[in-house]
Amino acid sequence: MNAALSLRSTRSTHDPKLLEKLATAAYAIRSVAIAAIYHAGSGHPGGALSVADILAVLYGAEMNIWPERLGDPDRDRFVLSKGHAAPALYATGAHFGFCTADEALSLRKLGSRFQGHPHVSDLPWVETSTGSLAQGFSVALGMALGLKLKKSSARVYVVLGDGELQEGEVWEAAMCAAHHKVDNLVAIVDYNKLQSDDTNANIMGLEPLAAKFRAFGWQVIETDGHDLDAILSALEEAYEVTGRPSLLLAHTVKGKGVRSMENIPHWHGSVKLTREQAEQALAQLGVPHAEFTRWLDVR
Amino acid sequence: MSVEATPQLIGSSGDSLREAFGKALVTVAPQYPELVVLDADIAGGTGVHHFRKARPERFLQFGIAEQNMMAAAGGLAAVGLLPVVTTFAVFCLRAIEQARLSIAYAKRNVKIVASHPGLDVGPDGGSAQALEDIAAFRAIPGMTVISPADPIEMALATKAVLDFDGPVYMRTGRSPATRIFAENHRFDIGKGQIVAEGTDVTIVACGVEVARALQAAQILKREGIGARVVNMATIKPIDVELLARCAEETGAIVTAEDHNIYGGLGGAVAEALAKTRPAAIEFVGLADRFGESGEPAELAEHCGIGAASIAAAARRVLVRKTPPRTILAA
Repeated sequence: MNAALSLRSTRSTHDPKLLEKLATAAYAIRSVAIAAIYHAGSGHPGGALSVADILAVLYGAEMNIWPERLGDPDRDRFVLSKGHAAPALYATGAHFGFCTADEALSLRKLGSRFQGHPHVSDLPWVETSTGSLAQGFSVALGMALGLKLKKSSARVYVVLGDGELQEGEVWEAAMCAAHHKVDNLVAIVDYNKLQSDDTNANIMGLEPLAAKFRAFGWQVIETDGHDLDAILSALEEAYEVTGRPSLLLAHTVKGKGVRSMENIPHWHGSVKLTREQAEQALAQLGVPHAEFTRWLDVR
Repeated sequence: MSVEATPQLIGSSGDSLREAFGKALVTVAPQYPELVVLDADIAGGTGVHHFRKARPERFLQFGIAEQNMMAAAGGLAAVGLLPVVTTFAVFCLRAIEQARLSIAYAKRNVKIVASHPGLDVGPDGGSAQALEDIAAFRAIPGMTVISPADPIEMALATKAVLDFDGPVYMRTGRSPATRIFAENHRFDIGKGQIVAEGTDVTIVACGVEVARALQAAQILKREGIGARVVNMATIKPIDVELLARCAEETGAIVTAEDHNIYGGLGGAVAEALAKTRPAAIEFVGLADRFGESGEPAELAEHCGIGAASIAAAARRVLVRKTPPRTILAA
């Protein structure tokens, strides 16, 4: 698979304007997520940064969903099963018009609808409540099964963390999705190789991960989870798959975009960012100093 | 006050609550175009084999994987279907966190129907006898909890929960159930019913214990004690008004359930009366212990939830009934 991976990441098959638009979205997602975690005084930056490019492509190009279509029964559905990356989802919502950036920055505050983990009763556009790992995967499967029963052409996209795959329910859902040939379901693993306390390998090894999902009857597509062009291609490949669910094994870097956080498990957990750390993170993301005040001053 | 039900035991129909549920589901299915029934490889045990046969295209097999089934039901409801999740009560406990997050917290209109609750399971023994499910599901915000008493009521409750908008946990039962109600019986979610009149004590029961409570009332009648029997099929939200009235009129309460004495019907009744009309209460249920193998009737006697145990509890509560001030004066 590595050959295919490198092939995909070296060719560009998509409109440069689209790729630029998606890069802008990913930058906005990362910046707002960091600012929100700073204001909240807690939150999980590592996994929010690693999933940003995936969210940018899903909302910016792949999915048939935008704010004015929220009530459409045939809209595509997105489920963030790794609910602790909520800051990235809220930042995505802000960028694509499901909420405002100011609302996303109310993360984790008393009275805010932007709770530490997504809650559908507060925010209909998050589609279901997550925060207990693996459940979002099963809910997405139920949505996909239901949409097929209702003869809808809508598709369901679910993002899982890699540590999340240690939950037994994930494999119950994986078995069930393949058994029922749920080919309108695309699962994307944000495979950053780190979890709360340490590496996946040290906590509970996951490999050979692609082989496991293939053995469970899934179409597995490996991709670089930070190469927007490659993610687009992988989703196009998944779109052609019939008779089985698809899994994108998106190789990512935890903390991606903020060099001081990259590949360090500490930044998985719910952490408090100091003003200095938040400014450093924004600077590393490429946010101009002139904008720090706008994002980080007391709200 | 109206006595809705026939205050007598019609006798065993040979039909269990799970069979009554499964058959009712087939009968009412045409009225619910969005209905889907979820199973985890025990359709023959839960009664939904009838539905599988009648409506195979609306029957979803999840295999022996209850956690995935429970959460997936939330997803099915999210896209507009009306899912009925079926498994044994003890496996609902296994998937309770999925019921909490992906159904109740997400406010999904899912019906969880649990067969094989309590000692009514019988010979399969303690591992299979869920004696904690009412307490556990009752503690989930927004979850309605129902335990019908006989096959007639089960059929009515099946339709009622499908008409109700919101998550419901409903117990059926494994063993042949005693018929209590006539065909014209009425069932309303949230309403208890007086099924036998009496003025000395009120026995509040649910599920299979309603028939035993009626038997206990007959035992007590021979001793000159008038026991009122209330069928409290909805444990949450409980009928506070009826309970307060019974406490006022009879002054003493016995609760009876095929469940741990902690957190179930007894707990719900005590909570309601503590805030409205406090009365002496005795709790009939499993005394914080697990079950064991045996036939349901002999287990009920052995574990203290049979008619004799309910009658004994009534005698005990009558001693405590007199208001403390009167005792001091005497």
